[in-house]
Amino acid sequence: MKKKAVHYLNQFFGQVGGEDMADFEPVLHDGALGCSNIFNGVAKNVEITHTLICGDNFVASHPEEAVERCLKFLEGKSFDLFIAGPAFKAGRYGNACGLVGKAVSEKFRVPVISSMNVENPGVELFRKDIYIFKGGARATTMKPDIEAMAAFADKIAADQRLLPAAMEGYFGRGIRHQVFLADLGLEPVPACDRAVDMLLAKLNGAPFETELPIPAQDLVAIAPAIKDIRKAKIALVSSGGIVPSDNPDRIESCSATRWGKYDIAALERFPAGEYKTIHAGYDPAVANQNPNVVVPLDAIRELQKQGVLGEVDDYFYTTVGTGTTQGEAARMGQEISAVLHARGVEGVILTAT
Amino acid sequence: MCNLVNIARTVGSNRIVPTFAVPYPLGNPQASAEEQWKMRMHRVERAVQALQTDVQEQTLFAVER
Repeated sequence: MKKKAVHYLNQFFGQVGGEDMADFEPVLHDGALGCSNIFNGVAKNVEITHTLICGDNFVASHPEEAVERCLKFLEGKSFDLFIAGPAFKAGRYGNACGLVGKAVSEKFRVPVISSMNVENPGVELFRKDIYIFKGGARATTMKPDIEAMAAFADKIAADQRLLPAAMEGYFGRGIRHQVFLADLGLEPVPACDRAVDMLLAKLNGAPFETELPIPAQDLVAIAPAIKDIRKAKIALVSSGGIVPSDNPDRIESCSATRWGKYDIAALERFPAGEYKTIHAGYDPAVANQNPNVVVPLDAIRELQKQGVLGEVDDYFYTTVGTGTTQGEAARMGQEISAVLHARGVEGVILTAT
Repeated sequence: MCNLVNIARTVGSNRIVPTFAVPYPLGNPQASAEEQWKMRMHRVERAVQALQTDVQEQTLFAVER
Protein backbone atom coordinates (compact mmCIF):
# COMPACT_ATOMS: atom_id res chain seq x y z
CA MET A 1 0.00 0.00 0.00
CA LYS A 2 1.63 3.24 -1.11
CA LYS A 3 1.67 6.30 1.13
CA LYS A 4 -0.25 9.30 -0.16
CA ALA A 5 1.22 12.67 -0.99
CA VAL A 6 -0.16 16.07 -1.99
CA HIS A 7 1.89 18.04 -4.52
CA TYR A 8 2.04 21.87 -4.44
CA LEU A 9 2.61 23.59 -7.80
CA ASN A 10 2.47 27.18 -9.02
CA GLN A 11 0.23 28.40 -11.85
CA PHE A 12 2.86 27.56 -14.46
CA PHE A 13 3.67 23.99 -13.47
CA GLY A 14 0.04 23.49 -12.45
CA GLN A 15 -0.80 24.11 -16.13
CA VAL A 16 -3.08 27.08 -15.44
CA GLY A 17 -1.03 29.62 -17.39
CA GLY A 18 2.02 31.82 -17.40
CA GLU A 19 2.79 35.16 -15.84
CA ASP A 20 -0.67 36.49 -16.76
CA MET A 21 -2.16 33.88 -14.39
CA ALA A 22 0.21 34.59 -11.49
CA ASP A 23 -2.70 35.94 -9.41
CA PHE A 24 -4.51 32.59 -9.71
CA GLU A 25 -6.24 31.67 -6.45
CA PRO A 26 -5.63 28.26 -4.83
CA VAL A 27 -7.40 25.13 -6.09
CA LEU A 28 -7.07 21.45 -5.21
CA HIS A 29 -7.16 18.87 -8.00
CA ASP A 30 -7.80 15.17 -7.63
CA GLY A 31 -4.94 13.16 -9.03
CA ALA A 32 -1.50 13.93 -10.41
CA LEU A 33 -0.87 16.74 -12.86
CA GLY A 34 2.09 17.57 -15.09
CA CYS A 35 5.34 17.00 -13.23
CA SER A 36 3.48 15.05 -10.51
CA ASN A 37 3.40 12.26 -13.07
CA ILE A 38 7.21 12.17 -13.15
CA PHE A 39 7.13 11.72 -9.39
CA ASN A 40 4.56 8.94 -9.56
CA GLY A 41 6.56 7.27 -12.31
CA VAL A 42 9.67 6.90 -10.13
CA ALA A 43 8.40 6.74 -6.54
CA LYS A 44 7.94 3.17 -5.29
CA ASN A 45 6.36 3.76 -1.92
CA VAL A 46 4.55 7.07 -2.41
CA GLU A 47 1.84 8.22 -4.77
CA ILE A 48 0.69 11.78 -5.40
CA THR A 49 -3.08 11.68 -5.07
CA HIS A 50 -3.84 15.42 -5.16
CA THR A 51 -2.28 18.56 -6.56
CA LEU A 52 -2.64 21.94 -4.90
CA ILE A 53 -2.14 24.88 -7.27
CA CYS A 54 -1.77 28.57 -6.52
CA GLY A 55 -0.41 31.57 -8.41
CA ASP A 56 2.95 32.92 -7.20
CA ASN A 57 1.76 36.52 -7.08
CA PHE A 58 -1.33 35.54 -5.14
CA VAL A 59 0.91 34.06 -2.42
CA ALA A 60 3.25 37.06 -2.55
CA SER A 61 0.46 39.62 -2.22
CA HIS A 62 -1.81 37.72 0.19
CA PRO A 63 0.46 35.32 2.07
CA GLU A 64 -1.84 34.76 5.03
CA GLU A 65 -4.97 34.27 2.95
CA ALA A 66 -3.17 32.00 0.48
CA VAL A 67 -1.80 29.78 3.24
CA GLU A 68 -5.14 29.66 5.04
CA ARG A 69 -7.00 28.66 1.90
CA CYS A 70 -4.41 26.01 1.01
CA LEU A 71 -4.67 24.51 4.51
CA LYS A 72 -8.46 24.54 4.27
CA PHE A 73 -8.34 22.39 1.12
CA LEU A 74 -6.24 19.80 2.95
CA GLU A 75 -8.48 19.50 6.01
CA GLY A 76 -10.06 16.05 6.13
CA LYS A 77 -7.84 14.76 3.30
CA SER A 78 -5.73 11.77 4.11
CA PHE A 79 -2.05 12.23 3.17
CA ASP A 80 1.32 11.24 4.61
CA LEU A 81 3.71 13.56 2.79
CA PHE A 82 3.66 16.97 1.14
CA ILE A 83 5.76 17.71 -1.94
CA ALA A 84 6.35 21.32 -3.11
CA GLY A 85 8.01 22.28 -6.38
CA PRO A 86 10.78 21.92 -7.54
CA ALA A 87 11.05 25.71 -7.68
CA PHE A 88 14.49 25.92 -9.35
CA LYS A 89 15.74 29.53 -9.12
CA ALA A 90 12.25 31.10 -9.24
CA GLY A 91 12.18 33.30 -6.14
CA ARG A 92 8.44 33.81 -5.89
CA TYR A 93 7.80 30.09 -6.43
CA GLY A 94 10.40 29.19 -3.81
CA ASN A 95 8.78 31.60 -1.38
CA ALA A 96 5.36 30.05 -2.05
CA CYS A 97 6.64 26.46 -1.67
CA GLY A 98 8.27 27.43 1.61
CA LEU A 99 5.36 29.38 3.06
CA VAL A 100 2.75 26.75 2.21
CA GLY A 101 5.09 23.85 3.02
CA LYS A 102 5.98 25.24 6.44
CA ALA A 103 2.33 25.79 7.31
CA VAL A 104 1.40 22.26 6.17
CA SER A 105 4.24 20.77 8.20
CA GLU A 106 3.13 22.66 11.31
CA LYS A 107 -0.56 21.93 10.99
CA PHE A 108 -0.62 18.35 9.69
CA ARG A 109 2.71 17.15 11.08
CA VAL A 110 3.74 15.47 7.82
CA PRO A 111 7.21 15.60 6.22
CA VAL A 112 7.45 18.34 3.56
CA ILE A 113 9.92 17.93 0.69
CA SER A 114 10.84 20.68 -1.76
CA SER A 115 13.71 21.40 -4.14
CA MET A 116 15.31 24.74 -5.00
CA ASN A 117 18.46 26.12 -6.49
CA VAL A 118 21.01 27.44 -4.00
CA GLU A 119 20.37 30.98 -5.33
CA ASN A 120 16.63 30.80 -4.63
CA PRO A 121 15.89 33.11 -1.66
CA GLY A 122 13.40 30.48 -0.49
CA VAL A 123 16.35 28.33 0.61
CA GLU A 124 17.55 30.71 3.32
CA LEU A 125 13.97 31.53 4.32
CA PHE A 126 12.71 27.98 4.78
CA ARG A 127 15.61 25.49 4.95
CA LYS A 128 15.08 25.11 8.70
CA ASP A 129 11.38 24.37 8.29
CA ILE A 130 11.19 21.85 5.46
CA TYR A 131 13.47 19.51 3.49
CA ILE A 132 14.78 21.52 0.53
CA PHE A 133 16.80 19.48 -1.94
CA LYS A 134 19.64 21.10 -3.87
CA GLY A 135 18.05 21.62 -7.28
CA GLY A 136 18.96 23.06 -10.64
CA ALA A 137 18.57 26.65 -11.78
CA ARG A 138 16.07 25.96 -14.57
CA ALA A 139 13.22 23.62 -15.38
CA THR A 140 15.57 21.57 -17.58
CA THR A 141 16.60 19.78 -14.37
CA MET A 142 12.99 18.90 -13.56
CA LYS A 143 13.54 15.16 -13.91
CA PRO A 144 16.64 14.74 -11.69
CA ASP A 145 15.25 17.23 -9.16
CA ILE A 146 11.97 15.29 -8.86
CA GLU A 147 13.82 11.97 -8.75
CA ALA A 148 15.86 13.20 -5.77
CA MET A 149 12.68 14.27 -3.95
CA ALA A 150 10.94 10.98 -4.79
CA ALA A 151 13.88 8.86 -3.61
CA PHE A 152 13.85 10.67 -0.26
CA ALA A 153 10.06 10.40 0.01
CA ASP A 154 10.43 6.65 -0.60
CA LYS A 155 12.93 6.38 2.25
CA ILE A 156 10.64 8.22 4.63
CA ALA A 157 7.65 6.13 3.56
CA ALA A 158 9.61 2.92 4.11
CA ASP A 159 10.84 4.12 7.53
CA GLN A 160 14.45 3.80 6.42
CA ARG A 161 17.28 5.44 8.32
CA LEU A 162 17.73 9.02 7.10
CA LEU A 163 21.30 10.22 6.62
CA PRO A 164 22.65 13.72 7.37
CA ALA A 165 21.53 16.53 5.07
CA ALA A 166 24.76 16.67 3.08
CA MET A 167 24.58 12.94 2.35
CA GLU A 168 20.90 12.98 1.42
CA GLY A 169 21.34 16.06 -0.77
CA TYR A 170 19.19 18.65 0.96
CA PHE A 171 20.17 21.95 2.56
CA GLY A 172 21.10 21.46 6.22
CA ARG A 173 18.28 22.34 8.60
CA GLY A 174 20.53 23.23 11.50
CA ILE A 175 19.49 20.08 13.38
CA ARG A 176 22.24 18.09 15.13
CA HIS A 177 21.99 14.40 16.03
CA GLN A 178 24.45 12.09 17.70
CA VAL A 179 25.37 9.28 15.33
CA PHE A 180 27.98 6.57 15.03
CA LEU A 181 29.96 7.09 11.85
CA ALA A 182 29.88 3.37 11.16
CA ASP A 183 26.08 3.55 11.00
CA LEU A 184 26.43 6.07 8.20
CA GLY A 185 28.79 3.79 6.33
CA LEU A 186 31.77 6.01 7.22
CA GLU A 187 35.09 5.09 8.76
CA PRO A 188 34.80 5.42 12.54
CA VAL A 189 37.46 8.05 13.36
CA PRO A 190 37.32 9.37 16.96
CA ALA A 191 36.46 13.06 17.41
CA CYS A 192 39.91 13.95 18.78
CA ASP A 193 41.57 12.51 15.68
CA ARG A 194 39.16 14.34 13.40
CA ALA A 195 39.87 17.60 15.19
CA VAL A 196 43.65 17.11 14.92
CA ASP A 197 43.27 16.20 11.24
CA MET A 198 41.36 19.43 10.68
CA LEU A 199 43.97 21.46 12.52
CA LEU A 200 46.78 19.89 10.47
CA ALA A 201 44.87 20.57 7.26
CA LYS A 202 44.37 24.18 8.33
CA LEU A 203 48.07 24.62 9.18
CA ASN A 204 49.00 23.14 5.79
CA GLY A 205 46.56 25.36 3.95
CA ALA A 206 44.63 22.28 2.83
CA PRO A 207 40.83 22.22 2.58
CA PHE A 208 38.83 20.84 5.51
CA GLU A 209 35.23 20.87 6.52
CA THR A 210 34.10 21.92 9.97
CA GLU A 211 31.57 19.74 11.77
CA LEU A 212 30.02 22.77 13.43
CA PRO A 213 29.27 25.34 10.74
CA ILE A 214 28.35 28.77 12.10
CA PRO A 215 25.68 30.25 9.84
CA ALA A 216 26.91 33.42 8.17
CA GLN A 217 24.56 36.31 8.77
CA ASP A 218 24.21 38.64 5.83
CA LEU A 219 23.48 41.73 7.86
CA VAL A 220 23.90 45.16 6.38
CA ALA A 221 25.08 48.04 8.58
CA ILE A 222 22.15 50.34 9.31
CA ALA A 223 22.51 53.77 7.76
CA PRO A 224 21.73 56.62 10.16
CA ALA A 225 18.51 58.56 9.65
CA ILE A 226 18.67 61.62 7.42
CA LYS A 227 18.52 64.66 9.70
CA ASP A 228 16.98 67.18 7.33
CA ILE A 229 15.63 65.57 4.21
CA ARG A 230 14.78 68.98 2.73
CA LYS A 231 18.52 69.52 2.38
CA ALA A 232 19.36 65.99 1.24
CA LYS A 233 19.67 64.53 -2.23
CA ILE A 234 17.51 61.45 -2.80
CA ALA A 235 17.88 58.95 -5.65
CA LEU A 236 15.55 56.40 -7.19
CA VAL A 237 16.91 52.88 -7.75
CA SER A 238 14.98 49.85 -8.94
CA SER A 239 15.33 46.17 -9.82
CA GLY A 240 12.04 46.35 -11.73
CA GLY A 241 13.63 46.70 -15.17
CA ILE A 242 12.31 50.15 -16.12
CA VAL A 243 14.51 51.54 -18.93
CA PRO A 244 14.23 53.97 -21.86
CA SER A 245 12.21 52.07 -24.47
CA ASP A 246 15.21 51.25 -26.66
CA ASN A 247 17.07 49.75 -23.67
CA PRO A 248 20.30 51.55 -24.70
CA ASP A 249 22.61 49.55 -22.41
CA ARG A 250 21.04 46.24 -23.39
CA ILE A 251 20.34 45.25 -19.83
CA GLU A 252 19.39 41.57 -19.79
CA SER A 253 15.72 40.70 -19.19
CA CYS A 254 16.77 37.85 -16.92
CA SER A 255 19.95 36.98 -14.97
CA ALA A 256 21.14 40.58 -15.36
CA THR A 257 24.81 41.49 -15.21
CA ARG A 258 24.36 45.13 -16.27
CA TRP A 259 22.66 48.17 -14.80
CA GLY A 260 21.85 51.56 -16.27
CA LYS A 261 21.83 55.18 -15.17
CA TYR A 262 19.44 57.48 -17.02
CA ASP A 263 18.80 61.22 -16.92
CA ILE A 264 15.44 62.18 -15.39
CA ALA A 265 16.27 65.82 -14.63
CA ALA A 266 13.66 67.12 -17.09
CA LEU A 267 10.97 64.55 -16.29
CA GLU A 268 7.95 65.07 -14.05
CA ARG A 269 6.98 61.44 -14.50
CA PHE A 270 7.90 58.48 -16.71
CA PRO A 271 5.82 58.77 -19.88
CA ALA A 272 4.42 55.48 -21.18
CA GLY A 273 5.94 54.54 -24.53
CA GLU A 274 9.22 56.31 -23.81
CA TYR A 275 9.98 54.07 -20.83
CA LYS A 276 9.05 50.43 -20.32
CA THR A 277 10.07 47.40 -18.32
CA ILE A 278 12.32 44.72 -19.79
CA HIS A 279 11.98 42.52 -16.69
CA ALA A 280 11.06 38.99 -17.83
CA GLY A 281 9.89 37.85 -14.40
CA TYR A 282 6.52 39.58 -14.18
CA ASP A 283 3.63 40.55 -16.46
CA PRO A 284 4.74 43.93 -17.89
CA ALA A 285 1.29 45.16 -19.00
CA VAL A 286 0.56 47.52 -16.10
CA ALA A 287 4.16 48.73 -15.75
CA ASN A 288 4.34 49.56 -19.46
CA GLN A 289 1.10 51.54 -19.29
CA ASN A 290 2.52 53.55 -16.41
CA PRO A 291 6.18 52.96 -15.44
CA ASN A 292 5.63 55.16 -12.36
CA VAL A 293 3.93 52.20 -10.64
CA VAL A 294 7.41 50.60 -10.52
CA VAL A 295 9.64 53.66 -10.12
CA PRO A 296 7.49 56.34 -8.45
CA LEU A 297 8.98 59.40 -10.13
CA ASP A 298 5.60 61.18 -10.24
CA ALA A 299 5.09 60.81 -6.47
CA ILE A 300 8.68 61.90 -5.74
CA ARG A 301 8.21 65.05 -7.84
CA GLU A 302 4.97 65.81 -6.00
CA LEU A 303 6.76 65.56 -2.64
CA GLN A 304 9.51 67.78 -4.00
CA LYS A 305 6.90 70.32 -5.08
CA GLN A 306 5.30 70.20 -1.63
CA GLY A 307 8.69 70.96 -0.10
CA VAL A 308 8.79 67.63 1.77
CA LEU A 309 11.89 66.63 -0.16
CA GLY A 310 14.89 68.67 -1.21
CA GLU A 311 16.82 67.55 -4.20
CA VAL A 312 16.20 64.49 -6.36
CA ASP A 313 19.23 63.06 -8.15
CA ASP A 314 19.27 63.86 -11.87
CA TYR A 315 19.62 60.15 -12.67
CA PHE A 316 17.74 57.03 -11.76
CA TYR A 317 19.49 53.68 -11.54
CA THR A 318 17.98 50.47 -12.81
CA THR A 319 18.52 46.79 -13.43
CA VAL A 320 16.55 43.53 -13.58
CA GLY A 321 16.15 41.39 -10.49
CA THR A 322 14.91 38.07 -11.88
CA GLY A 323 17.26 35.12 -12.06
CA THR A 324 20.00 37.55 -11.09
CA THR A 325 22.52 35.80 -8.87
CA GLN A 326 23.15 37.23 -5.43
CA GLY A 327 26.79 37.65 -6.41
CA GLU A 328 25.98 39.78 -9.47
CA ALA A 329 23.36 41.71 -7.49
CA ALA A 330 25.90 42.50 -4.77
CA ARG A 331 28.47 43.66 -7.33
CA MET A 332 25.96 45.89 -9.15
CA GLY A 333 24.76 47.27 -5.80
CA GLN A 334 28.33 48.21 -4.89
CA GLU A 335 28.89 49.84 -8.28
CA ILE A 336 25.66 51.82 -8.05
CA SER A 337 26.36 52.93 -4.48
CA ALA A 338 29.84 54.14 -5.52
CA VAL A 339 28.18 56.41 -8.11
CA LEU A 340 25.57 57.55 -5.57
CA HIS A 341 28.29 58.46 -3.07
CA ALA A 342 30.24 60.36 -5.73
CA ARG A 343 27.11 62.32 -6.62
CA GLY A 344 26.43 63.23 -2.99
CA VAL A 345 23.24 61.18 -2.69
CA GLU A 346 22.21 60.74 0.94
CA GLY A 347 19.13 58.58 0.65
CA VAL A 348 17.69 56.03 -1.78
CA ILE A 349 14.22 54.77 -2.45
CA LEU A 350 14.70 51.33 -3.95
CA THR A 351 11.69 49.62 -5.48
CA ALA A 352 11.73 45.87 -6.12
CA THR A 353 9.22 43.84 -8.09
CA MET B 1 9.88 49.16 -1.12
CA CYS B 2 8.87 45.64 -2.06
CA ASN B 3 6.11 43.09 -2.06
CA LEU B 4 8.11 40.10 -0.81
CA VAL B 5 8.91 41.51 2.61
CA ASN B 6 10.44 38.32 3.98
CA ILE B 7 12.92 38.21 1.09
CA ALA B 8 13.87 41.84 1.80
CA ARG B 9 14.61 40.74 5.37
CA THR B 10 16.72 37.80 4.19
CA VAL B 11 18.90 39.98 2.00
CA GLY B 12 19.47 42.44 4.83
CA SER B 13 17.22 45.44 4.09
CA ASN B 14 16.95 47.60 7.18
CA ARG B 15 14.04 49.89 6.30
CA ILE B 16 11.21 48.10 4.51
CA VAL B 17 7.98 49.59 3.14
CA PRO B 18 5.56 47.00 1.70
CA THR B 19 4.26 47.51 -1.82
CA PHE B 20 0.98 46.46 -3.35
CA ALA B 21 1.90 43.63 -5.76
CA VAL B 22 4.87 42.17 -7.60
CA PRO B 23 4.06 43.42 -11.15
CA TYR B 24 2.84 46.83 -9.98
CA PRO B 25 4.46 47.71 -6.65
CA LEU B 26 2.80 51.13 -6.48
CA GLY B 27 -0.25 50.66 -8.69
CA ASN B 28 -3.42 48.61 -8.82
CA PRO B 29 -5.24 48.08 -12.12
CA GLN B 30 -8.42 47.22 -10.17
CA ALA B 31 -8.57 50.68 -8.60
CA SER B 32 -9.37 54.10 -10.03
CA ALA B 33 -6.54 56.38 -11.13
CA GLU B 34 -7.22 58.62 -8.13
CA GLU B 35 -7.11 55.75 -5.64
CA GLN B 36 -3.88 54.47 -7.19
CA TRP B 37 -2.32 57.89 -6.91
CA LYS B 38 -3.30 58.16 -3.23
CA MET B 39 -1.85 54.72 -2.55
CA ARG B 40 1.38 55.51 -4.37
CA MET B 41 1.79 58.84 -2.59
CA HIS B 42 1.07 57.28 0.79
CA ARG B 43 3.63 54.53 0.38
CA VAL B 44 6.34 56.81 -1.03
CA GLU B 45 5.69 59.20 1.88
CA ARG B 46 6.21 56.26 4.23
CA ALA B 47 9.52 55.55 2.49
CA VAL B 48 10.57 59.18 2.92
CA GLN B 49 9.61 58.96 6.62
CA ALA B 50 11.59 55.73 6.90
CA LEU B 51 14.71 57.49 5.60
CA GLN B 52 14.31 60.03 8.42
CA THR B 53 13.73 57.42 11.14
CA ASP B 54 16.55 55.98 13.22
CA VAL B 55 16.19 52.20 13.48
CA GLN B 56 18.09 49.69 15.63
CA GLU B 57 17.11 46.58 13.65
CA GLN B 58 15.40 45.59 10.42
CA THR B 59 12.16 47.54 10.54
CA LEU B 60 8.91 47.26 8.61
CA PHE B 61 7.09 50.56 8.09
CA ALA B 62 3.40 49.64 7.96
CA VAL B 63 1.16 51.27 5.38
CA GLU B 64 -2.49 52.24 5.66
CA ARG B 65 -3.61 52.03 2.08
